[in-house]
Amino acid sequence: MSLFNVFDVAGSALNAQSVRLNVTASNMANAGTVSGTAEGAYRAKHAVFSTLMNETLGGRESTGVQILDVVESDAPAVEQYQPDHPLADERGYVFLPNVNGIEELANMISASRTYQSNVEVINTSKQMLLRTINLGQ
Amino acid sequence: MRFSLDNALGIHPQALLLRSRRAEVLANNIANADTPNYKARDIDFKSILNNVEGHGTSSMMVKTTHSGHITPDRFSGFSEDLLYRTPLQPSLDGNTVDTQVEQSKYSENSMQYIASLNFVNGSIKGLLTAIRGE
Repeated sequence: MSLFNVFDVAGSALNAQSVRLNVTASNMANAGTVSGTAEGAYRAKHAVFSTLMNETLGGRESTGVQILDVVESDAPAVEQYQPDHPLADERGYVFLPNVNGIEELANMISASRTYQSNVEVINTSKQMLLRTINLGQ
Repeated sequence: MRFSLDNALGIHPQALLLRSRRAEVLANNIANADTPNYKARDIDFKSILNNVEGHGTSSMMVKTTHSGHITPDRFSGFSEDLLYRTPLQPSLDGNTVDTQVEQSKYSENSMQYIASLNFVNGSIKGLLTAIRGE
């Protein structure tokens, strides 16, 4: 029955969006962590989405969404001159993560909106199924 | 006169199956709203229902040439009838899902599902009245 598949599809989207939200939270939490080397600095992480495909008799059909990978941004770490910082290198610089706060906020809002949409889809499908169960009463 | 429950309920059971299938397709679109290169899909309700109503051979039907052949369920899978939506404003990442459009189509589809459900319900109630003879 197709309507039950809607729960799987929307559920996979809820999972994917919550992973995305988690990654954003991790980025925001680490936005202020300071490191003594450019390599040691925290790198912003981003979730990569991909369509979950299913082979059917008639061809390939999508059955939800999955997280393919969580990649690290290769933007350079931000250098900051703080000679009195205990982690500062010999030149007096510390390295801040390459987290872009504005990008992360936009990502967070987008993830929460898509999450909401999918919750609505589940609610609507639930109502449709409940009315079907009560058929003939 | 031969009575068939299929005829009693009319086209509505088939319409319900098609609506629930469409709900799945639209849910997929909403789920993939942020997936790069995902192309939004939909089914042409009218043309498929016309095929079913006119008992015409739809593209999804398999020919049966032997009495032992099993006729597949009409709605088991019609990926061939899945069309691609023409995007109003394509995005840079190749995704053609417009969440607002999909949401409105989804609620439209669910209203039509419930409408079909009410028609079937009315038919069942009528039949029950006839059976009970009250």
